[in-house]
Amino acid sequence: MGILEVQNVNKSFGGLKALQNVNLSIEEGTVHAIIGPNGAGKSTLLNCFVGKLIPDTGTVMFDGHSLLGRKPHEINQIGVSRVFQTPEIFSDLTVAENVLIPCFAKRDGAFTLNALSRVAGETDVREKAEQMLIDVSMQDKKDMVASSLSRGDKRRLEMAMCLSQDPKLLLLDEPTAGMARADTNNTIELLAQIQERRHITMAVIEHDMHVVFSLAQKISVLAQGTVIVEDLPENIKGHPKVQEAYLGVAT
Amino acid sequence: MNTLSKSDKMTFFIVAAISLLAPFILNPFPEGSAMAQFNAGYPDLMQRFAIFGILAIGFNILFGLTGYLSFGHAAFLGVGSYSAVWMFKLLSMNIIPGLILAVIIAGLFSLLIGFVSLRRSGIYFSILTLAFAQMSFSLAYSVLTPITNGETGLQLTLDDPRILDGANTTGNLPVTGLFGLEMRDTFSLDIGAWAFQFNIGYYVCAAFLLLSFYISIRIFRSPFGLMLRAIKTNQTRLNYTGLNSRPYTLAAFVISGMYAGLAGGLMASMDPLAGAERMQWTASGEIVLMTILGGTGTLLGPVLGAGFIKYFENIFSKINDTVLHTWFSFMPDGLENAIVWVLHFFVGKGWHLTLGLLFMMIVIFLPGGLMEGAERIIKRFRAKKGGDSDTTPDTATKPAE
Repeated sequence: MGILEVQNVNKSFGGLKALQNVNLSIEEGTVHAIIGPNGAGKSTLLNCFVGKLIPDTGTVMFDGHSLLGRKPHEINQIGVSRVFQTPEIFSDLTVAENVLIPCFAKRDGAFTLNALSRVAGETDVREKAEQMLIDVSMQDKKDMVASSLSRGDKRRLEMAMCLSQDPKLLLLDEPTAGMARADTNNTIELLAQIQERRHITMAVIEHDMHVVFSLAQKISVLAQGTVIVEDLPENIKGHPKVQEAYLGVAT
Repeated sequence: MNTLSKSDKMTFFIVAAISLLAPFILNPFPEGSAMAQFNAGYPDLMQRFAIFGILAIGFNILFGLTGYLSFGHAAFLGVGSYSAVWMFKLLSMNIIPGLILAVIIAGLFSLLIGFVSLRRSGIYFSILTLAFAQMSFSLAYSVLTPITNGETGLQLTLDDPRILDGANTTGNLPVTGLFGLEMRDTFSLDIGAWAFQFNIGYYVCAAFLLLSFYISIRIFRSPFGLMLRAIKTNQTRLNYTGLNSRPYTLAAFVISGMYAGLAGGLMASMDPLAGAERMQWTASGEIVLMTILGGTGTLLGPVLGAGFIKYFENIFSKINDTVLHTWFSFMPDGLENAIVWVLHFFVGKGWHLTLGLLFMMIVIFLPGGLMEGAERIIKRFRAKKGGDSDTTPDTATKPAE
């Protein structure tokens, strides 16, 4: 039984069947990659995990809780964090404040009216945020306004924000999209480090096969809304069904 | 008192000093001189500075921090005034019960309006608040006449019960007070040609202004304030960070509604009558103007903006053609008439034109409001003086949206 169990999930938009009978199981402590050609339904599937979309039928169970019908903030509070394709950060705030917010959310829950305590006086939260910035080596940029960061740093910051909540499951939507090779390698290294140190379960959607095969311990291939293969990385590369899905070669 | 950071303490003490010395600062010109009409140090206007300062500080907690632009804040001001006047009628002329009820009722009222309006954001939120405020105005004007006394406005009468005050035997309308101190009491200090007026009502308002300002600083620096600023920049990320934005925005809305209620209560305490026009949408718009003019999202900006607008409203509107003629009487007749003809569009009844032009210039050239102007001046001053002392990262204020 995996930490995330997806069973018979269907989702259609009008006449388009985006997901058809998707079954997926993500083992705790592993990196699970979800790959597939454009339009295969990867992002739709991810949106079903975080409460942005509700599947028409089927179940999504996380750590013993059903995720269906829960709001995004509730799903986050039970331990699912998400990194977006284009970094979603608090652009007008400083890097330090960006990391403080998830630290407060982790400690205080979805809403606390702590209007008369001081951010400057919350030593435990501040230390945690500081440590997180050191972990992603951004401590020297902590006073910068987030919007002035480079794209790679924005991604790094978003990752730091997600990690500072100690999530049980980290969802990454194309974490290296639009990155230069050097930045991609940095990201791979960062993710590998996180995986090694914290054993966080990760689900990665990715187009870059270099990233997929460097990180993933298991790969699911999605094509036209269904999982066509779920296997270990070494078995995926030469799999005829995968080649068909990507290249359209007739068998 | 380790609750404020060093620079915040500075800001607070500067505001405190200015409020305390306002009767001097606002009266720079000797009595009877040609410039005397630019003096703003009379009780009525000083009270208004403080009251609208409170209103703008409260509005800034909502608009400046969360970015939710409410066009209905005058409704809470009006509700506060009505509540306070009812307390003066029923219970006592002491302003404390009146103010307490004003804050509570405005809080409840904003809870109701906020609960409905905050289901939408952006322009739809603004429209919803505007609709609610106009609805309140119309109701106060018509159907709710038993409570609001309709067009005439709610006033004190001789036969009001005033349970705590005992029978009124003087035959005059009683005046508002604070444990025996009468709000209208003014002590006048004449030094040479100057006349400085120290009014009890003003100092009561100033005390509440300082309290409001202190609470606002605390909110700005709290985790709660941080979340409100986060809502302004990226609500999606906030939701995916496990935070529920609705209660945060609602809390900010209610807090700023209570500030408006306090301002309304104080307004009634200074002059115990309440009319429906206080709730009209132009009044709501004025609050928005004050905040943007002063600097949205800054601590001091709203107070400055409130002072600026109230000064214009009261001083510029008093300059009429006769005054202009006396100013330019040294010129040849034709030229004098021409200049007065041009200027009279900008003063007196035309003061709105001056204010409008100034507002346009500030929004175009100083999108961060008066505070940005002050910041730039300080920066330039420092650059001239020390040169490399300015190493702080560039956190220039963002344009108001």
